[in-house]
Amino acid sequence: MSKVSVRNLYKIFGEHSNRALKMLQEGKSKEEILQTTKSTVGIQNVSFDVNAGETFVMMGLSGSGKSTLLRCINRLIEPTSGQVLIDDEDITSVNEATLRQIRRVKLGMVFQRFALFPHRTVLDNVAYGLEVQGMEKDERIAKATQVLEVVGLKEWENSMPDQLSGGMQQRVGLARALASDPDILLMDEAFSALDPLIRKGMQDELLSLQATLNKTIIFVTHDLDEALKIGDRIALMKDGAIIQIGTPEGILTNPADEYVAKFVEDVDMSKVLTAEGVMKRPDTVVTTKDGPRHALRRMKENGISSIFVVTKDRRLAGLVLADDALTAIEENKETLDDFILKDTPKVPPEFPLSDLIPLIADSRYPIAVVNEQEKLMGVIVRGSVLAGMVRRGGEADDS
Amino acid sequence: MIPKIPIGQGVEWLVEWATINLSPFFGVIKAIIKFLVDNLSGAFLIIPPAIFIILFFLLAWYIAGLRVAIGSGAGLFLLYNLNIWEPSMHTLAMVISATIVALLVGIPLGIWTARSKSASRVIMPLLDFMQTMPPFVYLIPAVFFFGIGTVPGLIATVVFAMPPAIRLTSLGIRQVPVELVEAAEAFGSTQYQKLVKVQLPVAMPTIMAGVNQCIMLSLSMVVIAAMIGASGLGKEVLRGIQRLDVSTGFEGGLAIVIIAIILDRVTQNLGHKRKNPS
Repeated sequence: MSKVSVRNLYKIFGEHSNRALKMLQEGKSKEEILQTTKSTVGIQNVSFDVNAGETFVMMGLSGSGKSTLLRCINRLIEPTSGQVLIDDEDITSVNEATLRQIRRVKLGMVFQRFALFPHRTVLDNVAYGLEVQGMEKDERIAKATQVLEVVGLKEWENSMPDQLSGGMQQRVGLARALASDPDILLMDEAFSALDPLIRKGMQDELLSLQATLNKTIIFVTHDLDEALKIGDRIALMKDGAIIQIGTPEGILTNPADEYVAKFVEDVDMSKVLTAEGVMKRPDTVVTTKDGPRHALRRMKENGISSIFVVTKDRRLAGLVLADDALTAIEENKETLDDFILKDTPKVPPEFPLSDLIPLIADSRYPIAVVNEQEKLMGVIVRGSVLAGMVRRGGEADDS
Repeated sequence: MIPKIPIGQGVEWLVEWATINLSPFFGVIKAIIKFLVDNLSGAFLIIPPAIFIILFFLLAWYIAGLRVAIGSGAGLFLLYNLNIWEPSMHTLAMVISATIVALLVGIPLGIWTARSKSASRVIMPLLDFMQTMPPFVYLIPAVFFFGIGTVPGLIATVVFAMPPAIRLTSLGIRQVPVELVEAAEAFGSTQYQKLVKVQLPVAMPTIMAGVNQCIMLSLSMVVIAAMIGASGLGKEVLRGIQRLDVSTGFEGGLAIVIIAIILDRVTQNLGHKRKNPS
């Protein structure tokens, strides 16, 4: 079941929104509508679903409607038409009191410029959501203190927001959103106002928080690197419409149109691709039962200087070099047992390419990709990394 | 020739009509203001000047710091020394009463105009009208409605001093950053919670500037109100004018300046002192 579900959402700014909506549905352009009705189209026919525990990123340039769309989800901006379902309840049709209740318990929001209340201490800022719910003072202070501890600002609880650095202020903003333990976090360009270094730190922190909290996060950003880093899925927006929804790798490798392709062309592929994306299928292996002659022949056939050895159930046993295989033949050994190198580098499939590059540069051996059961999933040699990057991560199984 | 449009007669008729038909309403207003100003001036005069000066010194110290406190103390001592303590206390009581009433009406109106566009469209031009109309003109209907004396003078003062309280309250609330208002709403505040917990506190420095303006205008009008029989320093100045008595006139004028400076410096600091963690 999806946690948040947006159905055919439209937002039109201006007095004649109904007429504009009709024109829009008849297929008139934004410019035409602006001229005849003086109305601006903010969101046009947007639909998507966000699953529980997912980090969903809405990305686009400024003016693409991503912040408007986010505000339609908690009705800070009233949608012109369409539905927003939160836990299958249509938030666009509920009354004020119900809306307030949903905002209080289900939705937390983090703002671009932090939006901390300047007249309240850090602790009172974090406790705000609980306060408006009518929670007793002792209880809300205890809860707020606990959340401040989670974001590592316990000792700042009595400071005023303007005494904190930007990064700390946004951690207070995050704590305020987390205080009432909502299922859904709405984050509007939450890290865009921070220095690059601090921004990176906050992204890492959000990722590690998310690993334990498992919230449903809807994150708005204009920064592609940020989107690729934290998003499970990304929706790319332009002119108030979503042009593509997909996983980071999916968007990079299969851009839906020219615009997306242009958008993603400067991406540092090494940050997005994983070991799985660039590895070769491990076709050329020998088993622990094979003898050195067989191993050497397979290496010759494939023009390689070393070969991975696997057990019968394809668990990785190690690596055998051509030189060692030759020695084994000269010594008349029946098996390769004494010549298997066991501590050559191996990585899990989700290992990022950016970390893989130094590893492969330092290693004389190919790198094994193994899953949790130590089964050999793939092999990475220098050539496959380059090929993967050049081809935007297309399958690299035959090179 | 186009005949003269009878604006003046119209207003005259309106005032007459209001005098006859709204007199119970004016009676209530009169009673409230009379109660306020009588009690305040009574209280100020019952306290011996020396103790009053010390109390005021401490209050000013708490609100605005030692420098302002010393200046205030010295100024009040001079009033006592010049032998115009009693009219000064009358004036102070009138200023405070007028300010209280002006704020009681003005701040809610300011909040209303900030929240409602149509309210703002009606009230703002009215304020322009009130502020540009020469203050003496207010005295005429005040006399009709309330007679002669301190209370009608105060009512004219309230009308004259209210616009900045309305304007700056409205401005302060409208200037609260959008994101803060959004944050208040996003966490499920009711309209009232949003106003009391976020908008008013954030707007407080601007509102306090309005309070300061309101006090200053009250003071200037309270002096003019002497023309319809209000007591206090205005009466001293008026006597100086009527008798061409330079010394009485100057001393009265100086006392007004001293009170103005004291009230200004103390209330200027009101908005900044308020950072109280709960």
